[in-house]
Amino acid sequence: MITLNVNGQERKVDADPSLPLLWVLRDELGMTGVKFGCGAALCGACTVHLDGEAVRSCGMLLGEVAGKKIVTIEGLDAHGNHPVQKAWRQVNVPQCGFCQAGQIMQAAALLAKTPNPSDEEIDTAMAGNICRCGCYQRIHTAVRVAATGV
Amino acid sequence: MTHINQTSAAPAKSARHVIENVSRRGLFAGAGAAGAFVLMARLGPSTARAADSMHYDTGGMGMPHGMVSDPHVFISIDPSGQVTIVAHRSEMGTGSRTSLPMVVAEEMDADWSRVTVVQAPGDEPKYGNQDTDGSRSLRHFYQPMRDCGAAMRMMLEAAAAKQWGVPVSDVAAGLHEVVNKTNGKKLGYGALAVAASAMATPATDTLTFKDPATYRYIGKGNVQIVDLFNITTGRATYGADVKLPGKVYAVIARPPVVGGKVVSFDATEAMKVPGVIKVMEAKGWQPPGTKFLPLGGVAVIAKNTGSAIQGRDKLKIVWDDGPNKTYDSVAFRATLEESARNPDKVVRKLGDADAALKSAAKVVSAEYYTPHFSHATMEPPVGLVSVTKDGAEVWAPVQSPYGTREDLAKLLELPIDKVKVNVTLLGGGFGRKSKCDYVLEAGLLSKAMGVPVQVQWTREDDLQHAFYHTVAAQKIEAGVDANGKVVALKHACAAPTILSTFKAGADHLMPLEQGMGLVDLPYDVPNILALNGKADAHARIGWYRSVYNVPHGFAMQSFIAELAHELGKDPKDMLLEIIGPPRIDDMRKQLTDELWNYGEPWDTHPIDAGRLRRVAEMAAEKAGWGKTLPAGEGMGIAAHRSFVSYIATVVHVKVDGKGNISVPQVDYAVDCGFHVNPERIESQFQGAAVMGLTLAKYSAITFKDGRVEQSNYDNYPMVRIDESPKVTNVHVVPATFANHASGVGEPGVPPFAPALCNAIFAATGKRIRSLPIGNQLA
Repeated sequence: MITLNVNGQERKVDADPSLPLLWVLRDELGMTGVKFGCGAALCGACTVHLDGEAVRSCGMLLGEVAGKKIVTIEGLDAHGNHPVQKAWRQVNVPQCGFCQAGQIMQAAALLAKTPNPSDEEIDTAMAGNICRCGCYQRIHTAVRVAATGV
Repeated sequence: MTHINQTSAAPAKSARHVIENVSRRGLFAGAGAAGAFVLMARLGPSTARAADSMHYDTGGMGMPHGMVSDPHVFISIDPSGQVTIVAHRSEMGTGSRTSLPMVVAEEMDADWSRVTVVQAPGDEPKYGNQDTDGSRSLRHFYQPMRDCGAAMRMMLEAAAAKQWGVPVSDVAAGLHEVVNKTNGKKLGYGALAVAASAMATPATDTLTFKDPATYRYIGKGNVQIVDLFNITTGRATYGADVKLPGKVYAVIARPPVVGGKVVSFDATEAMKVPGVIKVMEAKGWQPPGTKFLPLGGVAVIAKNTGSAIQGRDKLKIVWDDGPNKTYDSVAFRATLEESARNPDKVVRKLGDADAALKSAAKVVSAEYYTPHFSHATMEPPVGLVSVTKDGAEVWAPVQSPYGTREDLAKLLELPIDKVKVNVTLLGGGFGRKSKCDYVLEAGLLSKAMGVPVQVQWTREDDLQHAFYHTVAAQKIEAGVDANGKVVALKHACAAPTILSTFKAGADHLMPLEQGMGLVDLPYDVPNILALNGKADAHARIGWYRSVYNVPHGFAMQSFIAELAHELGKDPKDMLLEIIGPPRIDDMRKQLTDELWNYGEPWDTHPIDAGRLRRVAEMAAEKAGWGKTLPAGEGMGIAAHRSFVSYIATVVHVKVDGKGNISVPQVDYAVDCGFHVNPERIESQFQGAAVMGLTLAKYSAITFKDGRVEQSNYDNYPMVRIDESPKVTNVHVVPATFANHASGVGEPGVPPFAPALCNAIFAATGKRIRSLPIGNQLA
């Protein structure tokens, strides 16, 4: 048994330490807001916060994250009203929506450290997150809206 | 999703068209008769419909199971007043799951804030056609959904009039209530629900419609997509998100060469991986001609997806690669180019282009090449199936839920009423999820295992076992007379056909493929010859967003800019000269095969050069065409009709000294006829610009020794936010109902790559004739 701290709760997991965190969160703990897109830390769909840093959960192993604070999209805000989430809705960002939880987690981590990012800082921070539908213009706008107040 | 009790009475007889004709799905089901229209009209007694000013015919009548407009099927009203509307098309990001129910709500005058949308399972006899592809959802179902809402409103009005004992003419629906015009009394939709549901559905020809001037939602862009909150909170349900007790997780090692099969395998090490439950051979079929049947291979089933993947990595498999093991993209390109230079089939002939070329003062000629693409939806294919003694139940992101149901029923030898297909949200579709192979795989494994099985494709699986966009070689020649007038246009294409996936040996383009930019160009040139060369398929060829319009549009729209350069003309002026004056260009008699007009009747959706011309002019004007740009910058234009919409694109590009491309601005002019949700139209075209930029810069699936050389987003890259167009402006041509609705999801893609490459030429003088651009500018 490995004990994880996910969204402020202790969760016990009976799985091999070599299992990527993504699959622990999704298939063992039911946190299906975390998405599988590439399995190689190339697309950002599985982004979660690990001690406040945005990380790709497909690239983290279960054995590496015990004792660290993990936050998923489900735990970003109890009511789904984190400023980034509100901005995403105000700007009507999503098309298919599949990548958006990862995008939102990435943006929230950026703004936690850099509350008023430049355009270039937004693009640099968000460049690890692919959106195949091509919502980038609105993603950029929504990060700006979240930074300046929704 | 709120659960709403069904308060409607049992489904009543209603107006409906059921004509089975031709669609991608239907056509391929009868693939031997490509191009033949098989009409099986089953017209009900109330379907006779005069072509009045508020109705026109669409290709929707020709799709499998046609269209249904019965409010008893699509609407239920709870006594509390909550209205539930069924969305029967799949949602993959285009917004149809919001926009079609919005049409119903508008016409029944419901308050959108009191509407719940529920997703229909795959059931076409009940809901009408559900094949969510071909940019058809609004194009075909705008009218039935409007009829549905109007009928519901009239039933509510009739119920109120009956209750008050007054003539119907004394009452009128307002927002979510019916008002007695003589005394101002009101009855809410909730209070009227039971009585209204007992009313007979009005016949289509008796329906009355709202004055568009009173619309609250249609055309306003003020309605957000129904899944917005759930998407932003991680609560939206996609294919892999369905929680089902006892479900297990599978991945499959598929033959590395399409058409290959397993000779033997050793699962010893795989079974040692913690969490792995079972390893078994997965039944497979060998293309070509196998439609969506699984490729087979070796399945690893585990208690979670990650363990299944780890187990698969440990498998030792001996494969028989089969006949495609020599497929090589470099060698095949040469074969295709030879075929495009010596095409053996005339597909369109106007005048005598060969003679005109011979006598021309100047001949301009160029060859173009576009490679295979893969859809690379962010959500890789995934399907969950539970097979029990009672039948099979599916939860999956599918574009064709009823096609999936038919195919699974056939494969598992179950009556179709023993198969249920629940449709989740799709994490992208682009045509990939019209092919249900991943569901069929899960069905076979669930049957074998006796428990619910979810088959997850990894990104590597997705890129290496896809139904690829075709690879195409094209040659275009133009003859120019002594006055600089283009007198001949000769366009040859050689590309494997999608039909090969359905019928072994198919080696020429179907009418459906010819009609996507090879034979349907409304150009004012007196001698036009379009040709098609033979091309064999060595991979599974499928449809990818906008399909054959991508290669055809790239070649011809690049070529027109090349002509402009050769003749010393402005590219926009050259484009307008080739399009010519406003007119309906009826080239049907010039074609060898029947014109495929996206399934639409010619009379309602003719090919209108004037509309193409107008979007080209509009895009140029909005973009500031002709303004002076700094060195290293340029603008390019392209205009292309597809999915019966008319689209023009101007791309502004900057190319730095190292050949790096950036795109400060894109302007799309869009004539998609009457439209419902301009906010989603804008998002579709913004997205099309990104997909167009990705395919132009990067996309190529290549084969060596029969194996796909790409594996993940590192070697099949996507445009990311830092290289995305900074601003994409979408200018939608205003239209009334008299301008028939056309497609939006796909037609933004074809003009982008040629407009970009034309801009690159303007900026650098380098002409791109082969995609992707890759390092050609370095």
